Amino acid sequence: MAQITVREAISQALREEMRVNPDIILLGEEIGVWGGTYAVTRGFYDEFGPERVRDTPIAEGVIAGAAIGAAMGGLRPVAELMTINFALLAMDMIANHAAKLHYMFGGQFTVPVIFRSPGGGGRQLGATHSQTLDVLFAHFPGLRVVAPGTPYDSKGMLKAALRQDDPVMFIEHATLYQQRGEVPTHDYIVPLDKAEVKREGEHVTIVTYSKMLQVSLQAARQLAREGIDVEVVDLRSLRPLDMEPVYESFKKTNRAVIVEEGWGSYGVGAEIAARIASDCFDYMDAPIKRVAQWEVPAPYSHDLEQLAIPDVPRIVEAVKEVL
Amino acid sequence: MKKTDHLKYYHQMVLIRRLEEKAQELYQLGKIGGFLHLYIGQEAVATGISAAMAEHDHVITTYRDHGIALTQNMDPGVVLAELLGKQTGCSKGKGGSMHLADTDLHFWGGHAVVGAHLPLATGLATAFKYKKKPDRIVCMFGDGATNIGYFHEAINLSKVWQLPILWLCENNQYGMGTSIDRASAVSDIRNKADGYRMRNADVDGMDVLAVKQAVTRGLNHITKHGEPYFLEVITYRYLGHSMGDPERYRESAEITRWKEDDPIGKYRKYLLEKAIAKEAELDKVEDDVEVEIINAVTFAEQSAMPSDEALWEHIYTNPASNKQGVLF
Repeated sequence: MAQITVREAISQALREEMRVNPDIILLGEEIGVWGGTYAVTRGFYDEFGPERVRDTPIAEGVIAGAAIGAAMGGLRPVAELMTINFALLAMDMIANHAAKLHYMFGGQFTVPVIFRSPGGGGRQLGATHSQTLDVLFAHFPGLRVVAPGTPYDSKGMLKAALRQDDPVMFIEHATLYQQRGEVPTHDYIVPLDKAEVKREGEHVTIVTYSKMLQVSLQAARQLAREGIDVEVVDLRSLRPLDMEPVYESFKKTNRAVIVEEGWGSYGVGAEIAARIASDCFDYMDAPIKRVAQWEVPAPYSHDLEQLAIPDVPRIVEAVKEVL
Repeated sequence: MKKTDHLKYYHQMVLIRRLEEKAQELYQLGKIGGFLHLYIGQEAVATGISAAMAEHDHVITTYRDHGIALTQNMDPGVVLAELLGKQTGCSKGKGGSMHLADTDLHFWGGHAVVGAHLPLATGLATAFKYKKKPDRIVCMFGDGATNIGYFHEAINLSKVWQLPILWLCENNQYGMGTSIDRASAVSDIRNKADGYRMRNADVDGMDVLAVKQAVTRGLNHITKHGEPYFLEVITYRYLGHSMGDPERYRESAEITRWKEDDPIGKYRKYLLEKAIAKEAELDKVEDDVEVEIINAVTFAEQSAMPSDEALWEHIYTNPASNKQGVLF
């Protein structure tokens, strides 16, 4: 095992797969000569060259579209959309095309394209550079939408994505790249459609993913010091959604708090809460609580911005509310 | 050019015309649903394109795709079956009129979001070039698509990456109900390619041999110079944008004028005047097409609708995933 960051994990997955599969090409803004604005592809241009590591113009529509077309044509392209905010410019390509072409043409061709894009806020980048838009992509049948929260899952899921034929929205997080964790030195993959218990506990179930997984684990450690034992279930995949570990946990604890960085209304939590309430009704001992970003566009000023984003105190308070 | 080629082109244009007329009929009978965008008047364009393409070439187009489907050798019965939503349709009834395709025939489909297939074309061309194949792709689109963001992003990227694409604008003078001069700062569409320093040309789209020649020239340029090419094909659709279009945006006198240039009539006249074919031979082609259409309709009408389970097929490539995690 080795201790590496999420950034290194994603980088390793790409590099290792590119070394054995010449059909994998990368495209995106500043991924080549610059090395990636989050440094994920540093060194790739020198190792793999401009045919496989393609700097594109600032043109999300054709970045996504060229990736989809190249996938149709037999390659395995990985398109980086610099942040998930800009992925909105490619929404028609992702939602109307990548997700549907296989279906619309009766399965004549596959679209093995991966869109990598980091979301998340908290760095004073303003309203159009700070969003968590995961739920928008999770809405579309035909897409796989994953959002790993650890180095282990990041590497394993990206490798899994590169070895299968469906289009994948691989959601990263701007402030998770530094997160450290254990990763095996041997080759491994993590399934793209399985949630996982990251911390076992007895009193309350926290359902979460991505950056909020790490914040929730911090909250869990603090709660443990107060004698409250929470179980943390990491969704890892938003589509398809794996509710089995969530239900198993809820049947044990009878209380749930869902933690997400996206805005609360119409968010991922809304879906999870509805499913728990519908499928585990007899096991409910308290209303299901959602902790989510307050519904404001992100402001620039530091303390103001932090007010809106879920933090350890808010999660702790929510857990106590359902007890 | 061989006589057999001439007869083939004549056959293809007549086949398109009759199939489109039959589709119109079936739509009015309620057997075809959704939107139906007919190619009547533009037959010479698809025919000329397919005639010019080499076996290793590809084509992708808009929702007005019945013509190129036929000229790329899709069976007319399979086309009609798709229009009727049958499981024997080229897209298994999942696509309909706007989404015909057959990748074995190098036909990458009809696409319904205006301009969206242009970026897809850049991707296909990127794959061909990356794999060092001689393949080129003809990307057909209308005048209306030349104002959307995708057009500019895709054309630009094709030039920067030197992609083997023949950008082919079927300028039928209208984007849906809006004439070019009301929509576009530049109505000589080929001049838009100048903005990207791309070699460009235009051609009379009512003349099948001229279209073939122009496309051939364009494809040769792509191979010789390793760069994309832009061809504006000037044509006209005799019917509305789609069925149900009340055509308030154009005068019937204009339609009449363009009908004098009917591509099939023009070609028939040419073949007879040049003594390439005899009247009887051309009449026989038309008779053969009548039979083909009857057979196509029979096949389509006798085919089965998709099963209920087909609703869930091809969402993902692994069938086990199709219903995974969904809400019922």
